[in-house]
Amino acid sequence: MSELKNMDIMNIPKEKFKFSSGDISHDKKFETKPRTYFQDAMSRFCKNKGAIVGAIVILFLFLYAAFGSLLTPYAVSYNDTYFIHTLPKCEWFANTNFWDGCEDKSLNKETFDYYYYIGEESGHNAIKNQKYTQSGKLYNVRWDSYHSTGCIYKKVEAAEYENIQKYQNETGIQVIYPTVAKRNRPASIYVGQNMIANYWYKTEAKNGRLQIVYDENGDIIPVYKSHEEGKKSNDNYNSIRIEGDGENGMVYEYALPIDTGYEIRVNYYEYYIYYHSYVLKDGIEKPSFLFGTTNGGQDIFTCMASGAFFSFAFAIAVAVVNLTVGAIYGAIEGYYGGKLDLAMERFSEILGSIPTVIVITLLRLHMGNSGPIVILFVAFFATGWIGMAASTRMQFYRFKNQEYVLAARTLGAKDRRIIWKHVFPNALGTLVTKCALIIPSMIYSEVNLSYLGIISLTSGDLTSVGTILANGQGLLRLGIPHVAMFPAVFLALLLLSFNLFGNGLRDAFNPSLRGSED
Amino acid sequence: MYMLKYILKRIGLMLMTFSIIIVTCFVLIKLLPIPLGEGLGVDKQLIEMKLRERGYYDPIPVQLWNYVVRIVTEGDFGIGTTMPGYINQPIWDGFVSRLPPTILINVYSSLIGVPIGLGLGILAALKKNKWQDQVISTGVIVMISIPSIVFAFLIQYVLCFKLGWFPLRMESGTDYFSWEMFKSMLPAVFSLCFGSIAGYARYTRAELTEVLTGEFMLLARTKGLTRGQATIRHALRNAMVPIFPMILGEFVSVLSGSMIIENIFDIPGVGGLYLKSITVLDYDFFMLLSGFYTLVGLAAGIIIDISYGIIDPRIRMGAK
Repeated sequence: MSELKNMDIMNIPKEKFKFSSGDISHDKKFETKPRTYFQDAMSRFCKNKGAIVGAIVILFLFLYAAFGSLLTPYAVSYNDTYFIHTLPKCEWFANTNFWDGCEDKSLNKETFDYYYYIGEESGHNAIKNQKYTQSGKLYNVRWDSYHSTGCIYKKVEAAEYENIQKYQNETGIQVIYPTVAKRNRPASIYVGQNMIANYWYKTEAKNGRLQIVYDENGDIIPVYKSHEEGKKSNDNYNSIRIEGDGENGMVYEYALPIDTGYEIRVNYYEYYIYYHSYVLKDGIEKPSFLFGTTNGGQDIFTCMASGAFFSFAFAIAVAVVNLTVGAIYGAIEGYYGGKLDLAMERFSEILGSIPTVIVITLLRLHMGNSGPIVILFVAFFATGWIGMAASTRMQFYRFKNQEYVLAARTLGAKDRRIIWKHVFPNALGTLVTKCALIIPSMIYSEVNLSYLGIISLTSGDLTSVGTILANGQGLLRLGIPHVAMFPAVFLALLLLSFNLFGNGLRDAFNPSLRGSED
Repeated sequence: MYMLKYILKRIGLMLMTFSIIIVTCFVLIKLLPIPLGEGLGVDKQLIEMKLRERGYYDPIPVQLWNYVVRIVTEGDFGIGTTMPGYINQPIWDGFVSRLPPTILINVYSSLIGVPIGLGLGILAALKKNKWQDQVISTGVIVMISIPSIVFAFLIQYVLCFKLGWFPLRMESGTDYFSWEMFKSMLPAVFSLCFGSIAGYARYTRAELTEVLTGEFMLLARTKGLTRGQATIRHALRNAMVPIFPMILGEFVSVLSGSMIIENIFDIPGVGGLYLKSITVLDYDFFMLLSGFYTLVGLAAGIIIDISYGIIDPRIRMGAK
């Protein structure tokens, strides 16, 4: 050192220098493979079991939403007036006591008889296998919601009457059952209008209640409308007859002629099959609803899949638009800062302070003609991009003064290049996470709004999970939980798995934030 | 002095935001024709006359001026035009009569939610990474993710319908503090508090675990405090700094209630009034309730920020 001190460093003699031997030790080359930020994030994500489960469940729900409506023959616009709030039934479980469209019930004698004799007449057992156990005055049965309608009176034109008979002859399946003379039918003050057709046996009103009249053996007495054999009847019935018809020289009549054609008594389950497979030919072979039906007779499985698909598609579309606009807005705010930032921040703050319901209501009042989807889109966009802008802005504040950005600037990079090439890629992880967390909240808001009826997405082939929820809520109080249960479970699963997935993404992209809020 | 200036500034800004929103809302509403409904002993002509008298068909700026003047001088927010039961009646009374159920239910839910939530959060933080923590954390994720509508359905079906512990609907009447009324409110209270319990628990756990690793905790133990003493006297106090404002903010924002819960349990609250005002298109009601919801939202934000500074003087909000 002392040597150097006294040396005139500008004039170091040449002989003091010597060539290096050539073995300059370079930095060692990495032997491992280089990993990008995203690969790193991916491997962290894969270690998070909850997030993986979440992702799988989301995928599963998405597949259901996309292809669920293809699995059933029913369309969203399909409905039926008799198969309403029918219980869920899966054909694979038809012989078990689970998911078979039946329900355990304890019935009193009158109700039990009513359902029991539906099965006795047609073999369509409203009480599963006609099996019952008695406890005190109550009958414990497995009540079948698919056959509980039994028979109905239906007014048909002559052509359709012919057609049903033709169907009966071709298939050998009984649809039309012998009718009952009007004077033998119970009055509708005792039973519902749809139930009257199931009293094919003698009844009488006693003490203001309807009671079955039994013969001396304790059996019911059929009261089918009939005439003596050989006499001509005006029911024009030339098809299969039920067992016991024609005994004792009496022939049953199968229709009452009326002005517009005939009034016939049909077993609704068989009529439904006839109507869908023989008349409409819409691919419905028999009534069987995987998730049951709503109060309006719609198939829940199909409606929910369609509603869920709409929710997914809608939420993703809105999220993409929000992400784009929010990211651009936030990037400008965050990058330029200063007064521009202040002004833009005030604007988004004011916009963000308006409750979403108010925005939607105002839009609905002013754009009533534009259709609910447009209104919903505009409303979710109007307030949705703000969150995205705020988090982009924060990311930009975080990264814009980092050394590598300053270096880029020193090297003459333009603003646009710095924003896109140097800051934005670093912020992307956070934004992707934000996006994953925004989609479920958007779906939830959409469901809420349609549940509350603020926006009605139900028209034609469109429906919403929220509408089914609203339908199910009314039935919940009547003790019919399945209509509300399926959409509620769907919603809960969806939000839970999206949360797990989103949290996993956040931890993967931002390991330092692990366990903290949002 | 500094704090006062900050508070005034924040309130000023809030009022500005509020006025901009309300004026925009007002103009948008006034651009629409006014639907008129008929009520008992009130016909359309009468209401129209009354509205004309009140200047509802004047140019919008004049109407705005009148609206503000009436509110400031007489506390008159307008009259109902189509809302059943309130046609040709001052709407302020209608609004005030709907407030108690909404507020009560949310207060009850906070009273249940805060202690349980904080308790679970503290337990989870103290037993960090033990089984208690894992159970609580899993429960928190589930409860936070599952929306209150699902809980409400579950509670209504299981507790109210199947077990019959509670009535299906809230009792009618205005005797809000009777036992029957309280009991009929409980299903709604339970449905609301699941989410807030989970929220408080998660937040408390996060804050407390951070504080527990602080160096002053080590010092507290070194000077001879037991673990319990150190936790209660030092850790909890510090952890409360961010937790308390959150509770306060939550408390204010719940005033606006939950439309969903009110809908499910038939609670005659503000949310139902709002929904009704949209369906029947009663614009004076809509304006009042929009103002209410906006104000509550803004106020909650401010109160959170200000209470930070008051609880912990070290935090100087808005300082450069």
